[in-house]
Amino acid sequence: MNQTIINTTEEYFLNMGPQHPSTHGVLRLMLKMDGEVVLEAVPDLGYLHRGFEKIAESRTYSQFLPFTDRLDYVASMANNQAYCMAVEKLLKAEVPPRAEYIRVIMAELNRIASHLVWFGPFAMDLGAITPFLYAFKSREMILDLFESACGQRLTYSYMKIGGVRWDLPEGFIEKTREFCRYFKGQLDDYETLVGGNIIFLERTRGVGALSKEDAIDYGCTGPVLRATGARHDKRKDEPYSVYNEFEFDIPVGKTGDTLDRYRVRLAEMSESLKIIEQALDKLPQGEISAKLPKLIKPEPGEAYTCIETPRGELGFYIVSDGTAKPYRMKIRSSSFSNLSVIPLLCRGLKVSDVVIVLGSIDIVLGDVDR
Amino acid sequence: MKYIYDIRLIFDFVFSLGARLWELTGLPLWLYSQIKIVVIGSILLGVISLAVMFLIWLERRLSAHFQSRIGPNRVGWQGSLQAVADIVKLLAKENITPANADVVVYLLAPMVVFAAAFMAYIALPVAPRLVVNNFSLGILYILSISSLGVIGILMAGWSSNNKYSLIGGMRSAAQMISYEIPLVLAVLSVIMMAGSLNLSEIVASQKNFFDWHIFRQPLAFLIYFVAATAEINRLPFDIPEAESELTAGFHTEYSGIRFGIFFLAEFANMMIVASIVTSLFLGGWHGFGFLPPIAWFLIKDAFTIFTLIWFRWTFPRFRMDQLMNLGWKILTPLALLNIFVTGIRMFIK
Repeated sequence: MNQTIINTTEEYFLNMGPQHPSTHGVLRLMLKMDGEVVLEAVPDLGYLHRGFEKIAESRTYSQFLPFTDRLDYVASMANNQAYCMAVEKLLKAEVPPRAEYIRVIMAELNRIASHLVWFGPFAMDLGAITPFLYAFKSREMILDLFESACGQRLTYSYMKIGGVRWDLPEGFIEKTREFCRYFKGQLDDYETLVGGNIIFLERTRGVGALSKEDAIDYGCTGPVLRATGARHDKRKDEPYSVYNEFEFDIPVGKTGDTLDRYRVRLAEMSESLKIIEQALDKLPQGEISAKLPKLIKPEPGEAYTCIETPRGELGFYIVSDGTAKPYRMKIRSSSFSNLSVIPLLCRGLKVSDVVIVLGSIDIVLGDVDR
Repeated sequence: MKYIYDIRLIFDFVFSLGARLWELTGLPLWLYSQIKIVVIGSILLGVISLAVMFLIWLERRLSAHFQSRIGPNRVGWQGSLQAVADIVKLLAKENITPANADVVVYLLAPMVVFAAAFMAYIALPVAPRLVVNNFSLGILYILSISSLGVIGILMAGWSSNNKYSLIGGMRSAAQMISYEIPLVLAVLSVIMMAGSLNLSEIVASQKNFFDWHIFRQPLAFLIYFVAATAEINRLPFDIPEAESELTAGFHTEYSGIRFGIFFLAEFANMMIVASIVTSLFLGGWHGFGFLPPIAWFLIKDAFTIFTLIWFRWTFPRFRMDQLMNLGWKILTPLALLNIFVTGIRMFIK
């Protein structure tokens, strides 16, 4: 018996996506695996690339607004707001206060709706199916509010350059207050049903921990960055719109793991409720839109604005050459930068954890690929 | 009235009548006993299929209520025929065999899984004397046969020529070695109390309400229930399927009725587990009078299944290594301790 026993394992390649229940869209992850352990994860993008930055060069400023809805399609209001602010900065236009307040109310409602779209599927990644339905039940109420305001449920185009398109419909304020009351109870339910579950805690605690330095190096923003302990939020740091008139906290985590990202987002939802309630109290009367010409032709120049969307910082950089169409537009999307930490976080994790880490980063492929 | 209380009498009557008629034809008697086996098998299969269809409906309606939905309510009364419609649909669908699959193993796998689940019913008494074959080693037989199903899952995962299926199959094998040991050890302490491996005798030993093993062996009950949930691949232990990770795990590539057979086997396994829980811990068919024994058995069975369904729609999933930790580091020592304590108690008595 001089036969040597070769006891080795073979690495293999696992293709996760673009059609996979947990890649939340058309993301493809290329995984180099050793058994269940992921040695290397490389995201492959571009399956939803629609070339919006190039399209912008052949559209007038108002025509491009509906395209922004399709960037981060679960938080269209925030996209509208960022784009409108950039064009307004080019035009040096003043937005009336009532419009600013309505924008804030809508953006914060949309933040809650967006976090709910994250919360449900994230629980589903963990195998719990029921929270999904609970989250979408609450989201449905927000969508009903949006529908009453602008007739749309997903791609709103509610904000326009210089203000908002329509005033708030009758009964909107009361319904929103009612929603705020209802949703506070719901948040407690989520915390006890999901956040208090020991399996949930075991699965998320310490998984995919991101250090503050790495998060900053990779350009992460939003809840992913705040979960690491960095108190960075555009709404507080460089208050845009009328955010400096409200009292709210910036929830931050400690370790930057999946559990912290979960907790930061849940806390953000209750902070958003605070902002909405204050904005409803202070909502001034007056115009809802600045007086602007039909065809918008900014002076030659450039402008960059950046706002805090539910996923992080969304920036629009627009170069104008004085014509009715932008000369160049660059969109800085938070999902794209946040996604870049996936190879770092997934190294050495099990395939089950890759799924939840990816879920906790909360990417929207429309925002990643543009 | 006595026929309602002892259904076995009906079968005895029918089969003895059949034997008389058979003698009149003059055909050999061994042929009659073969036919009898086929008939009993068909009855069992029919009952299991009907029960599974009911369970599918029950699970869908219950999960809908847990999730503030309505659930299927169109086909038949309150959607009760939805499962029939689904099975007809599955029968009509194409059976796809993936390219480069190991065809023989691929086709056999669902049969192995289902046969393992089906064969366990043979030794399962649901009422006094109402059992196909009253093995003296009944519980041992059921435990060993139902763990054969894992081989089918492994076959399905291996032969599908799909990496997700392969991971699912491997996970299933790894899962089995972690839950099977505490499961058997938990059952062992009950066997020590009852002094028999025969399920009918184990049930007979729990005649009084406070003799039910759930009161005398609460730890064994918990260990068995957790391990059994892992055995039937249901949440929080549906690791081999893990929809969000492995698309559908070992049965990703199966379509049509072959997928349906996996589905059928899953629910059949669930009923086996619920029946064992009922027989070992909940006093089997012993009730509080006013209903026939089989009704008490079914009520307890249904309650256990309800709990399993409840688990599934409430909990998130464990990770593979966490399940193994649970099995090896928590459940197995606890089960051993339980046996030790039970032994000492019996020794002192």
